[in-house]
Amino acid sequence: MKHINTIVASGMKKTGNIGCGECQSSCQSACKTSCTVGNQSCKHQGERVNTTAKPLI
Amino acid sequence: MIHSFRYNHKGRDLHFIFDVESGSLHNVDRSCYIISKSLYGKLDSAEKSELDGMDKQLICEITAELKQLEGEGGINCANYCDSGDKQIGEIKALCLHICHDCNLRCKYCFADEGTYHSKIREYMSFEVGQKAIDFLIANSGKRKSLEVDFFGGEPLMNLGVVKSIVEYAKAEASKHGKEFNFTMTTNCVLLTDENIKWLNEEMYNVVLSIDGRELVHDNLRRTINGKGSQSLVLANAKKFREVRGDKSYYVRGTFTAHNLDFAADVLYLRDQGFDQISVEPVVLPEDSPMALRAEHLPAIAKEYEKLAAEYLESRSHGKWFNFFHFMMDLDGGPCVKKRITGCGAGCEYLSVTPYGDIYPCHQFSEEKGYKLGSVVTGEFGLDISKKFAKNTVFNKPDCMVCPAKYYCSGGCCANNTHFVGDMSNPYAISCEMMRKRFELSLAIAGIERSLV
Repeated sequence: MKHINTIVASGMKKTGNIGCGECQSSCQSACKTSCTVGNQSCKHQGERVNTTAKPLI
Repeated sequence: MIHSFRYNHKGRDLHFIFDVESGSLHNVDRSCYIISKSLYGKLDSAEKSELDGMDKQLICEITAELKQLEGEGGINCANYCDSGDKQIGEIKALCLHICHDCNLRCKYCFADEGTYHSKIREYMSFEVGQKAIDFLIANSGKRKSLEVDFFGGEPLMNLGVVKSIVEYAKAEASKHGKEFNFTMTTNCVLLTDENIKWLNEEMYNVVLSIDGRELVHDNLRRTINGKGSQSLVLANAKKFREVRGDKSYYVRGTFTAHNLDFAADVLYLRDQGFDQISVEPVVLPEDSPMALRAEHLPAIAKEYEKLAAEYLESRSHGKWFNFFHFMMDLDGGPCVKKRITGCGAGCEYLSVTPYGDIYPCHQFSEEKGYKLGSVVTGEFGLDISKKFAKNTVFNKPDCMVCPAKYYCSGGCCANNTHFVGDMSNPYAISCEMMRKRFELSLAIAGIERSLV
């Protein structure tokens, strides 16, 4: 497409293995006084967001 | 729902469209940004004039591209529907208040300097800890991965009991086919070499509390004698960092109305050698001089923008670090079920006081009307859990129209309850900050992945 550059296509998991309850409880990460869930990882895909690696591609 | 936004990167305006329901992110040109807003959102008067002056053929071309994207499921996707409550009766995580005592007297402490407003400095015994582990395993159902967070007060003041609980939990886990991840939040005062070695071996994650620059930290995080603690805390945290390697940890600070220039604290922590950093907004009643109030929000938004620019610059020039609130795994984040149910307080996540009382989370500890039972007596009712089970995004009308709904899950139940009076009504000041961080996180992801 000429006017649209898709960076991420459908990143939201709504089907398949969802709701298994095995991922980390968000307050056990670094919050404790807020609620941030979207920055966590799916247990089945491993820890991906806060590793000392270059950005995900 | 579509969220369209702009981000100025090195003097250049970048335009993004984010499809909330599919989690798709697109970088578009200015004309496409305007046309997408006219189709899926709302134009302001200047944008309307811009659209009116646009070439008709260009409008047709862009509209065709947007419709093609819509057909491919990349934009304007249907709303996810789930009217179910959260699951109750299967517990995953406990926050153990290993002691209601602390060796610092931080002025903004929600736990009232460790005592949780009870004015009694209590320490958890091993027996209570044992019963908490038994309670967690017995109520964990089919869940395999269980979590225990050692919290306080300051948990290192009762480290002997922590060590015994960890040994006990590991032995019980192997008997019952479970796995434990242990975490600790510490103020670093008692981080000796021996303690560091043990924590490094046994803890899945360690949160080290430090606010940043010396003046900022020492203003609010003082010793019992009223002295600043930053130099000791920083030295100990650095020792821990050195030993920790690539294992999970965070340095975690709090910013208040006294340091609205908190980006400087984040960068200070980076310059001290930390690469996993979280600096959170303080949550206090509005009458506190440290509280963040509505009039601070424009300055806070600008500071997050400044931090985002520094973050991108730093990461692209060999000084990689992670800021907790800019983290976003756009491909592999939590599933939608997790996103709508949030932190799990009162349901899968509970806290236990030093004497064994069970509360929905650490922030409700000792609060009248919120006690669920006791690990000591075995009493445990689900009436309060049922109330928390209804606390999903779908039961919060304000959240249903918010583009960040799948990222904060409707905010912190405790903040909503304490500052708005109802856990289903989000705390507006937190929402504003969350939306800003959400947008910046998307822009950062977009720039790092495709636009450098």
